[in-house]
Amino acid sequence: MCLVVRAGFEPWPHRIDRRLALFCDARQCNTNLCKQISSEEPPTAQADPAETVSGFRPTESMKTSRQRIISREHRGLLLGLLFISPWIVGFFLFLVYPVLSNFYLGMTQYSGFGEPEWTGFRNYEQLVRDPLFWSSLYNTFYYVTLAVPLGVVVAIALALAMNQKVREVTLYRVLLYLPSVTPVFALSMMLIWLLNPRFGLFNYLLGLLHIPAINWLGDARWSKLAIVLVAQFGAGHIGLIFLTALRAIPSNLYDAAALDGAGWWRKFWHITLPLLTPTILYDIIIGIGLGMQVFVPAYIMTGGGPLNSTMFTALYIYKNAFEYSQVGLAAAASGILFVISAALAIITFWSSKYWVNYHLE
Amino acid sequence: MEDTLSAPRTESRQIVARIFLIGTCLFYISPMYWMLVTALKSDKELARFPPTLWPQEMAWQNFTLATGTFPFLPYLGNTIFYAALTMLGSVLSNFVIAYGFSRIKWPGRDLLFYPVIASIFIFIQFPVNPITMVPMFSFFAKLGLVNSYLPLILPTFFGNPFFIFLLRQFMLQIPSNLSEAAKIDGANEFQIMYRIILPLTRPALVVVALLAGVNAWNDFLGPLIYLQNDKLYTLSLGLTFFKTMHGIQFNLLMAASCLVVLPVVAVFLFFQRFFIEGISLGGR
Repeated sequence: MCLVVRAGFEPWPHRIDRRLALFCDARQCNTNLCKQISSEEPPTAQADPAETVSGFRPTESMKTSRQRIISREHRGLLLGLLFISPWIVGFFLFLVYPVLSNFYLGMTQYSGFGEPEWTGFRNYEQLVRDPLFWSSLYNTFYYVTLAVPLGVVVAIALALAMNQKVREVTLYRVLLYLPSVTPVFALSMMLIWLLNPRFGLFNYLLGLLHIPAINWLGDARWSKLAIVLVAQFGAGHIGLIFLTALRAIPSNLYDAAALDGAGWWRKFWHITLPLLTPTILYDIIIGIGLGMQVFVPAYIMTGGGPLNSTMFTALYIYKNAFEYSQVGLAAAASGILFVISAALAIITFWSSKYWVNYHLE
Repeated sequence: MEDTLSAPRTESRQIVARIFLIGTCLFYISPMYWMLVTALKSDKELARFPPTLWPQEMAWQNFTLATGTFPFLPYLGNTIFYAALTMLGSVLSNFVIAYGFSRIKWPGRDLLFYPVIASIFIFIQFPVNPITMVPMFSFFAKLGLVNSYLPLILPTFFGNPFFIFLLRQFMLQIPSNLSEAAKIDGANEFQIMYRIILPLTRPALVVVALLAGVNAWNDFLGPLIYLQNDKLYTLSLGLTFFKTMHGIQFNLLMAASCLVVLPVVAVFLFFQRFFIEGISLGGR
């Protein structure tokens, strides 16, 4: 109250900037966003707001303190729920409803028009008997087990390289991140031509090394690898996340290890890698989520072929729902995909207590 | 803090790091490079074997031919419309939601944040993903909203777990006594949000707006499912025009791809600091 009376609301942002700057300095906040705020006003010794208001005692409606705490907590709950209410609505409308609806629609015969007709487990029986569904699951697992570990290794290698004192590191960061903002559909179109057996750059370069031309997208043995390759173009993004984690490792750990005579490899194996495990967990979980839902590269580059070698489950769902009007069957497959992905994520998360190191958190 | 892994033989390690980085960068740039080179090749040069690494004659007319193959300007307008509304929805909703998860104290707040984190797993493709697309499509079809942008834009007004997480991280760094002081001065929660937290959160909101805009620009699955009238197509669907005709004219397709990718690349290069800082803030 006294602040408002003294200064009004206008000078507020000014005062806050200064205080936030003090705070940022105290925390040694090292993101540039914070630095930007702190650089707007140099931190000066300023009276703490708590001091300014310490003499202030509310005179109106002096309830007992306990009553006030309870009602304040109550108000806080209502206020908090009010602020997050868009998310609650969205969570139920765009997540809980469709996930449950997958199981309901999966029990029906539904073409997309009219009313769904209850058929029980017939769709699931049909899926189990469909070899294409099984091969779509196989392809999806193949993709996840190859793309996710490869992504982790490439990203850590990139982060380690970017952490060296290389002067032009900003340039590398920008170039490595560039494919992450490039649309996947456009990247896929580029790769169709880049991987063209006759006129593509890749086979041209392989030809210089006397490796015979590979029909990347037309040969069932190579087509999945080509799609894994598309995913690797996103590794620059994860690499930067690993770089942030690397920077957060206190240097005195390395100094102590160096005193004990540890070499580069032992430092990496015993300090760096254990402290990167939370980020590795994050990367694996995100990778599983992305991998189980892989759709666009296969849709554009191969359309599921050759010989259904890139028919992933997401593509199987799409084709059944939107091309063959088998909405019930597609919903049943979506339900199965959801259960498998969630189970994989939960198992990964559960296993993390055996291999993820949270000591620095 | 920095330079954690380099101690004695720094120089040789730097050389190794450089070679590795340059090699990976070349690999990462290769699709872009091949796109540009192909876009500028004439039909005759395109059919040459072995392929030329640089166009002998710049075939600039490819760009006019490409924009004539599909309605480029209307689709550009549609894409900008989609991206702009997505940015608006993402900034508004995620700011308010993240505020509720960080600046107000209420019982159960941190407990309720777990479902947000968990939902990242499904919402990894946003707003449309293969797991929920079938029921969501029949839901919006019943409302008669297929062939409109509403099914794509509406979800962005209800928060996205990535952005909620990012903004919450940022807002938690703002000291809580700022809000308390304002409260004592008689400001209510909405005034605190609007006058104090909003100006301070601006850099993070820029990150959210940029990422949301790029996400909409790059969306393929959403328009593919919901936009069936070719007047409503976005640029991402426009590129498929080149594929469905008898064979693919790759120089024209790559010229069109250049025009689609160029705005994103320009935005990224201009705001690259925001993108990269946003990752270090949100990604953990």
